[in-house]
Amino acid sequence: MNTEFRQSIEDAISNANLTGALARFSEAYRVSRARAYEGIDFEALRAKIADRKGAAAGHLNELAEEFQRNAEALGAKVFRTSDPAAVRDYILNVAREQGARCIVKSKSMASEEIHLNAHLQAGGMEVFETDLGEWIIQLAGQRPSHMVMPAIHMTKEQVAELFSKEVEERLAADIPRLVKVAREELREKFLRADIGISGANIAVAETGSLVLCTNEGNARLVTTLPKTHIAVVGIEKLVEKFDDMLPILQALPRSATAQLLTSYVSIITGPVENLDGSEKELHIILMDNRRTEMAADPVFKEALQCIRCASCLNVCPVYRLVGGHVFGKVYTGGIGTILTAWFDHLKQSEEIQSLCIQCGACRDYCPGQIDIPELILELRNRIKNEEGLKPAEKAIFAIVNHRKVFHGLLRAASIAQKPFADDGMIRHLPLFLSGMTETKALPAIAAEPFRDRFAKIQQPKCVEKAAIYAGCLIDFAYPEIGEAMVKVLNAAGIEAVFPEEQSCCGAPAKYSGAVEAAKAGAEANRRAFAHADVKWIVSACPTCTVSLQQELPRQTVDFSVLARELFEAGRLKLKAAPGTVTYHDSCHQKRALHATEPPREMLREAGYEIVEMFESDVCCGMGGSYSVKMPEVSAQMLERKLTHIRATGAPDVAMDCPGCLLQIRGGLETEGAAPRVKHTAERLAERLAE
Amino acid sequence: MDTSGSRDLESLYQQFRLRAEAVSTEVYRLGSRAKAESFAREMMRQEGGTAVWAGSAEPALLVTKERAAAAKVGVTEADLAIADTGSLLMDASLAERRLASTLPEVHIALTPFSGLRETLGEALAGIDPRRARYLAAVTGPSRTADIERVLTIGVHGPVRLIVAFYEEKAA
Repeated sequence: MNTEFRQSIEDAISNANLTGALARFSEAYRVSRARAYEGIDFEALRAKIADRKGAAAGHLNELAEEFQRNAEALGAKVFRTSDPAAVRDYILNVAREQGARCIVKSKSMASEEIHLNAHLQAGGMEVFETDLGEWIIQLAGQRPSHMVMPAIHMTKEQVAELFSKEVEERLAADIPRLVKVAREELREKFLRADIGISGANIAVAETGSLVLCTNEGNARLVTTLPKTHIAVVGIEKLVEKFDDMLPILQALPRSATAQLLTSYVSIITGPVENLDGSEKELHIILMDNRRTEMAADPVFKEALQCIRCASCLNVCPVYRLVGGHVFGKVYTGGIGTILTAWFDHLKQSEEIQSLCIQCGACRDYCPGQIDIPELILELRNRIKNEEGLKPAEKAIFAIVNHRKVFHGLLRAASIAQKPFADDGMIRHLPLFLSGMTETKALPAIAAEPFRDRFAKIQQPKCVEKAAIYAGCLIDFAYPEIGEAMVKVLNAAGIEAVFPEEQSCCGAPAKYSGAVEAAKAGAEANRRAFAHADVKWIVSACPTCTVSLQQELPRQTVDFSVLARELFEAGRLKLKAAPGTVTYHDSCHQKRALHATEPPREMLREAGYEIVEMFESDVCCGMGGSYSVKMPEVSAQMLERKLTHIRATGAPDVAMDCPGCLLQIRGGLETEGAAPRVKHTAERLAERLAE
Repeated sequence: MDTSGSRDLESLYQQFRLRAEAVSTEVYRLGSRAKAESFAREMMRQEGGTAVWAGSAEPALLVTKERAAAAKVGVTEADLAIADTGSLLMDASLAERRLASTLPEVHIALTPFSGLRETLGEALAGIDPRRARYLAAVTGPSRTADIERVLTIGVHGPVRLIVAFYEEKAA
C-alpha cells in the first residue's frame, strides 16, 4: 500500500476533531433516522425506489431524449453530452455570451465531479458556492469530506477563522453568529449574480421537471434571483414518471438527515417568468460521464439506483474513523468508492476499496437497495484481474487450498510458536499470519487441532447424524468450540461426524479478490461433504456458514439456529444458572444469516440475563485479513467495541463467530479483570442438563 | 379530493400542526380570510420594517427584488398543506411569490383550510407541472447544521415560517 495513503489514514485517525465529530454524528444518526422512518415500511419503500431507478437505468438514453423533448417544448435549452470538458465549455460560453461576471451555485456533486468552479474562475468568472458547508469548503480551498455535510470535519473555531478573513473582522466561534455572517455575505452575492447554477436531485422525463431539495433555501435563491439558471444533472437522476419522485422524496430526507422532508423541495418544469415579465433562461445539461457504460455493466448497473443520501457513509464503521478526505476524490464512502472507480478510473479505487471491511452495514441502510459491499468486492476482483494477485497472495491461497500442506503448516506452527506462547495467547505467529500480532494478542495454534481431538470423543450411537464443519479457526485455534458443539448435539440425541477432507471455506480468498482460489476451496468442501450421510452440516462460524450455504444450501445450518430448533422441539434441555452476559452481533450472523435472535434466546434459556451493549451490531474490526491489512483502522474499531462492552458491566461476553472472538478476546486479554469471552456454543455446553 | 379513503380535514389539521410545529413552523387557525389578512397585518406591525405582499396592489406592500431583500415580512398564498410532513405546497411560478417567500426574514403563508391533504402524493395529484412551473414544498423555516452539526434556523431563507389557515375561499 502506498505510504501516502497509509499516512492519510493515520492522520485522519489521530485527528481528534474529525473522529470526535464523526463519531457523535454517526451515533446520533442511527437513532434519529430510525425515528424519521417510524410508520414507514422501509423495505417496501426501497424496493419501489430500486424498481423505479433500476428501470430508468435500463433506458437512460430514451429517458434523456424524452426529457429533452419535454423540457424544450416548454422553452428550456437542453444540452446532452458524455464529456465533462464539453459541460465546462458550454457553461463558460453561456456566461460569456451573456457578459456575466458573477455566478452563484447551490450544491451539485455533478459540478464538483467535473471541477467546474476552477474552469469558470480561470475563464474570469466569480463563482460562489452558497450552501453553507460548500462555501466553507470553498473558502478553505478543500474538498467536501461528506456528500451531504461537506464541512463536517471542521470545527466552529476553524470556520470562525475563515469567515474572519473573509469579512475582515474578528469573529467569535459562535455558530448562530457565523451563520448570520454567511447569510449577509452571500445575500449580497445572490442579489448581484448574473447566473445561478444548480444540480438536481431528480429529473422527470415525462414532464421535463427538475427536483431540488435543500434546507437552507439557497437553491430557491439560485433559481429565482439571477435571470439565467443552469442545471448540471447527471443522467442517473432521470426517472420516467412524475410520480416516481414520490418514493425518492420519502426516502432521501429521512436517510440523509433524518427529516420527514427537507425544508425546501422545488419542482421546476421549464422556464418561469422573471419579475419584469421576461422569461428566465433555463439551460439543463444532462451529463453522462460514463454513466451509460455503468448502466451497460450487468453488475454495476445497480449503482445507478443511488439517490445520494450518504447513509452508506453515515453507518460505515470505517468512514466514522477516517472521514472523507482519505478517499482523495469528490465522492466518498462506500458508494463514493464505486463512483470514483467509474468516473475516474478503476485504478483510482485500488486503495480506497481496501478500506471496506465488508461488514455489510451499508447494504441494510441503502434506500436504493444497492449491494454496496458486493460491488466493492467486484471492484477488488476486477483490479486483481487486471493486475493479478501479488506473489505472496498467490502463495498463500495456493497453500490454503492444498489442504494437506496447509494443515501441515498449521500443525508445524503449533510447535514453532511454543517459545512465544503465553497463557494460550501468543504475540508472534509464524509464516503468513505474522503481522496480525501488532495490535492484539492472537490465539495460539492449538497443540492438538479439533480434527485430532474429535476422534477421541466418546459419542453415543444415534440414528440422526450431523456433520461438523469446523473452519480454520475452530479447527486449529479454538478446538474447544468444536467440542462444545459435539456436546450439545449429543445431548439432543444427534451423533456428530467430521469429514476429514474439509478445508478452508474460501472466504479469505473471496474477500481478497482471489475468485478462482475461493471457488476451488468451495468445490473441495462440496466434495468433502458429498458423501456424508447426515441431516445437517453444522457450522459455528457465520462467515463459513455463508460460504458453505452457497455450495450445500439444503443441509448447512448455523449452530445457534439449530440449537434453538432442537430446544423448541424439546430435544435439548438446559440447566439454567444465573449469569449476566452482553452479546456481540457478528456481521455475517446479523446481516447475512439474520440469526442474532436464536443465540440470545438460547442464552436466556440457559439462565443468562442479557445486558445489551451500545451498537452491538457494529463490526468489531476483525474482518479476517482486514485486521492485517488495515491494522490502524481495525484497532480503533476494536477499541470502540471494547468500550461498549465494558460499559455494560457484564462479566461475560458471548458471540457466535470465532473471528470476532479472536479479535475481542485479544483486545480484552491485556486487562486484568476482563470480561470472559466465549462462543455461544461453549456457554450452552456448560449448561446442559444431565 | 374528497375520496372516501382520505381523512377528514380536522384530523389532517391536527396532524399537520403536530408535524409543522416539530420543525419550528408557527401554525394559526384564524377562521375567515379577513381575519387571516388582519392577522398578517398585525404581524407586519409587530415586526416593523418593510413588508411585501405577493399579489397586493398596495404600493407599500409591492414586491420588488430590492424591497423583498430588505423586508422583515413577506406574505404569500399557499395552495395546499400536507399533514404527513407538516409542509406547504405553493405554486410559486409567479416571481413575486418566490421573492416574497424566500427573501424576507418572516414568511406568512395564507393557507386555505380546505387545502389540507394527507400526503405529498395527494397534494401533487391534481397539479400539472407544465402549468405550475415552479412548485415549492416548504417545510419549516430555512435551516442548516453545516457547522458542527448544530441546528441553526434561518440561513438563506426565512427565519420564521407562519402558517395562517383560513376557512373560506380567497377572493
